[in-house]
Amino acid sequence: MSDERVEVEEELADELTEDEAADILDELDAIEDDRLARQTDEGAQQLRRGERELVLTGAHWPEPDNDETMIINMGPQHPSTHGVLRIMMELDGETLVRSKAVIGYLHTGMEKTAEELMYIQGSTNVTRMDYASPLSNELVFSLATERLLDLEVPDRAQWIRMLLVELNRISSHLLFQATNGMDLGAVSMMLFGWREREEALRVLEEITGLRMNHNYIRPGGVAADLPDGWQESVLKLCETVERGIDDYDRLLTENPIWQERTVGVGTVTTEQCLALGITGPILRSTGFPWDLRKEQPYLKYPEVDFDVVYTENGDVFDRYRIRLFEIAESIRIVRQCVEKMPPGDYRVQDRKVTPPPRSRINESMEALIHHFKLFTEGFSVPAGETYVAIESPRGEIGCYIVADGTAKPYRLHIRGPSFYNLQSMGPMVEGAMVADAVAIVSSIDPILGEVDR
Amino acid sequence: MPDAPPREETHESEHDDDAPTELVPAPPSDEVAAAILERFDDARFVESHTQPVVYLDRSQWRDVAEFLRDEQQFTMCVDVTAVDFLTAVGRSLPPGVGPERFEVVANFLSHARNRRIRLIAQVPATDAEIASLTPLYPGVNFPEREVFDLFGIDFVDHPDMTRILMPDDWDGHPLRKDDHPARVPVTFKEDPRPS
Repeated sequence: MSDERVEVEEELADELTEDEAADILDELDAIEDDRLARQTDEGAQQLRRGERELVLTGAHWPEPDNDETMIINMGPQHPSTHGVLRIMMELDGETLVRSKAVIGYLHTGMEKTAEELMYIQGSTNVTRMDYASPLSNELVFSLATERLLDLEVPDRAQWIRMLLVELNRISSHLLFQATNGMDLGAVSMMLFGWREREEALRVLEEITGLRMNHNYIRPGGVAADLPDGWQESVLKLCETVERGIDDYDRLLTENPIWQERTVGVGTVTTEQCLALGITGPILRSTGFPWDLRKEQPYLKYPEVDFDVVYTENGDVFDRYRIRLFEIAESIRIVRQCVEKMPPGDYRVQDRKVTPPPRSRINESMEALIHHFKLFTEGFSVPAGETYVAIESPRGEIGCYIVADGTAKPYRLHIRGPSFYNLQSMGPMVEGAMVADAVAIVSSIDPILGEVDR
Repeated sequence: MPDAPPREETHESEHDDDAPTELVPAPPSDEVAAAILERFDDARFVESHTQPVVYLDRSQWRDVAEFLRDEQQFTMCVDVTAVDFLTAVGRSLPPGVGPERFEVVANFLSHARNRRIRLIAQVPATDAEIASLTPLYPGVNFPEREVFDLFGIDFVDHPDMTRILMPDDWDGHPLRKDDHPARVPVTFKEDPRPS
């Protein structure tokens, strides 16, 4: 009996006759009963399978064999779901029977938007898909456009692109280390990861002008040449990050709590990965050393020395280790980029594709016209279609463009690795505990901006 | 396997073809495409920017995928997507392929042979359906749902043919060319005009 009701009863005793008071009290009882009934009928109870469709719209499962299991929703606002991922989990006690990712909460129709934007504007759009490694998106879009244009980018531009993409791989993997630590309760790991990532973003800002969504790699080259003194900041970053990953290694790798949470959890096999279209660190963690940078090289990757990191067990621990070692490999590549950066132009000098230098606009009518035409009409791309794939920090990112001869793509499709990698959750969570689900989702490292596009 | 040298159709391979934009039927320079053409009569080969592309009749969609998987070592279906050609002008297709409104596009990757191939099938608007590849490649589950959601193309035998990105009660298929952006009006709170 609530306090309110006691008050009401006292009030009624003063003002009303006994009959009237009884009527009102009956009414209050009925309301209370109704509330209790609703709480038990529609609350927790409704997550039982029978009435599942009422609660779980948008996700229909075939009827189960037994009534012993229960369906629980995780997300879309759960902090460990990296944005707005919703996971339906079917539980038998505390064991996961199966899971299903429900996505689309971040869908903003970016592929539709891409059809409205000129190629010269396109990289501003694709860069917002995978916001943790925006430069990979820009690179794959630019490579696809350049292939349609049959355009060869100068050497220096290719080296700059490679440097930037590797710096971005470092910052993306640092983000993974931070969030992965946080999800499993290693809060100091989160702070460490964030600390080094901030340094990486600072260097990216120095070079591109922005911390994220750089729009730096564009069709025809890059937006601007490297700033003065870039070597020092990049090399300093390499040292900082190297110290950082030593810290992480000491903090986590041998840590018994960490191992307890990750070793043997969420295992997946090579066969499952190949069947499910899973690429990147998850595939490499199963003992399958497939890296597009080595297998189907682009940019200047054949000219730098680096190793493909792979492990055999395919569990959460291995995925953490692979990403840790990939940071070290990226640092190796970055150091070689600093060493081997050739002189030359940072973009093609084709006035139909890239704008003239700012200084020329003041003196040359032709340059002014080129500049004006390029930014109002864009450049047209001959009709055709192509698919280009590169290795992003999360796996194979692909760009399929259908061009119809105008300045805008007729159709642009991005094959986001996170979108496919999310499907690996199915085999990974089977038989795992509820608490492991957090570790598993975290180890997939999905970026929901890319999943939903 | 990682030591296998990259083949010709990889990135950054030399752009030596004379007219890459024209879809000229050429004798299959690609051994996988040649094998498909030998097995399936209706298939047409095109080289598009050094990449092998095979146009198929949609009735052979799954058969060719099965052929690729079981006999040609194509271990992964990398991507499935679609294109709506409703408003396209000057579309070029190889001879013998009747243009339809939709094209379903699938990219395959063979890790063992380190090569790629792309299959394209025409799908008419009146009967927008094609066989699902999920029995062969379970990984196309999500992308096929995405194509269903955004283009309204039905994948027959798909285990879970529901919308994936748009809300369940959404009307229309956003990536179709006749589904205009800003179709749903948005009124802002401070907008002085009557809504």
